[in-house]
Amino acid sequence: MLTVENVSAWLLAFAEKLKEHQVYLSELDTAIGDGDHGNNMARGAKIMEEKLTSQTFNSVENIFKTAAMALLSSVGGAAGPLYGSAFLSMGKQAAADTNDVAAVVKAGLEGIQKRGRAEAGDKTMVDVWIPVTKALEEGALTKELIEEAVLSTKDMKAKKGRASYLGDRSIGHIDPGATSSGYFFECLLESGILKE
Amino acid sequence: MKKIINSPSNVWEEMLRGMAFTHSDILERLGETGVMYRKYEGQGKVGLVSGGGSGHEPSHAGFVGKGMLSAAVAGEVFTSPTPDQVFEAIKLADKGAGVLLIIKNYTGDVMNFEMAMDMAEAEGIKVDKVIVNDDIAVEDSTYTAGRRGVAGTVLVHKILGAAAEQGMSLEDLKKLGDKVIENTKTVGVAISPATVPAVGKPGFELADDEMEYGIGIHGEPGYRREKIKPSKEIAQELISRLKEECNWKEGDRYGVFVNGMGGTPLMELYIFMNDVQEILSKDGLVFDFKKVASYMTSIEMAGLSLTLIKLEDEKWVEYLKYPVETAAWV
Repeated sequence: MLTVENVSAWLLAFAEKLKEHQVYLSELDTAIGDGDHGNNMARGAKIMEEKLTSQTFNSVENIFKTAAMALLSSVGGAAGPLYGSAFLSMGKQAAADTNDVAAVVKAGLEGIQKRGRAEAGDKTMVDVWIPVTKALEEGALTKELIEEAVLSTKDMKAKKGRASYLGDRSIGHIDPGATSSGYFFECLLESGILKE
Repeated sequence: MKKIINSPSNVWEEMLRGMAFTHSDILERLGETGVMYRKYEGQGKVGLVSGGGSGHEPSHAGFVGKGMLSAAVAGEVFTSPTPDQVFEAIKLADKGAGVLLIIKNYTGDVMNFEMAMDMAEAEGIKVDKVIVNDDIAVEDSTYTAGRRGVAGTVLVHKILGAAAEQGMSLEDLKKLGDKVIENTKTVGVAISPATVPAVGKPGFELADDEMEYGIGIHGEPGYRREKIKPSKEIAQELISRLKEECNWKEGDRYGVFVNGMGGTPLMELYIFMNDVQEILSKDGLVFDFKKVASYMTSIEMAGLSLTLIKLEDEKWVEYLKYPVETAAWV
């Protein structure tokens, strides 16, 4: 079950991880994008932390909404609206039901796909969100599954986003958006939410 | 990197301040955002909002003013502005008749502007969009996000701006915009790269005697690299590319726009225009509108782009020539 406390902890851990891996994420993006994913996400993470720690929340929806607005206003590029859309959709679903974590994550995936129109296999963050959603529905999310999903983007040819401009040359590089999404779900596992 | 700046991280902020100061008779900056909006009220008229990353000056704030854009939103250099700022621009541009967004076809721009559109609709503002994809250099395929939006965008601003000023409805502006975009084609060439201040080194490399056809306004790869040639031959290459797209015939009416990328002097742009004119007049095209200017730049990239717009409707010529009060369009 999602609560104000555990969602807040989940998002703050995610922010921490983004800052920690800032350089790595930008390196991944330099290979197939414009090299700013790490810097952009770290900037967003700092703003998200500020907004989440400077006020108290009365609902899970409000936490997601606040996190979404923090990222939307600070990340830029494509990642801002994609994560922003995910968190806004997750907030709406959480307002309806905080018990079903899989449904909340699924709503996030739908938000991302509505915004970015990416499908499975396009070498985007969606390639992590889809298997994770499925695993959550089956109660079988593991760290290994997340890592595999992130790695699976390596051999894909990008069909969406800036990396798609590279065509075949995008093959052989892990997608940075998939990587940051991997961190998001590692934080979900580590938060203990799924055991509660 | 050799640039007249203070610090790479201050480029955006200091540029906006300088711009707002210089053009204070026409536009105003919203707080500390990248939003520039016109002082002209335009009550009851549809508002036009455009924008994108910085580094393309005078696009887009240079086209804010009576008869053109209501507001422009500038992101960091070559980075889309964020949805909250686009949303602020939409609110400022809404004068009761709705707002039309003019978006260049880049993944980031499209997402951020569409997100802002959702936010505006949620607040009850009538808003629609057109997406400019005039660059024919990169072929459309499943593996690209379609065609890029480049210099032709400025002509879209101009035509829609005049139509909006004359009281056209949001619905009709959207239709007109789509029609204009369909008839606007651009292709470019670069002879030296641009350096994003925060990156500190050129976005691509070209040997001293090399040029690249079809390069994007962020230095994205073009379609062919070769030894630099005389202006006439470059004109011939770009025109033959455009001709494949446009299939013009004798007597067709066109507008022609030679756009500088930032590092190419007007002298060269005029030489190039002269070549374009000589080649195209042989095909019997009639030019109702001509323009040479550096309107959609790529920082200090040297090079140019050639835009042809098929003037399907006489009214478009009138819109292109309609008087405006902006910082950049003359």
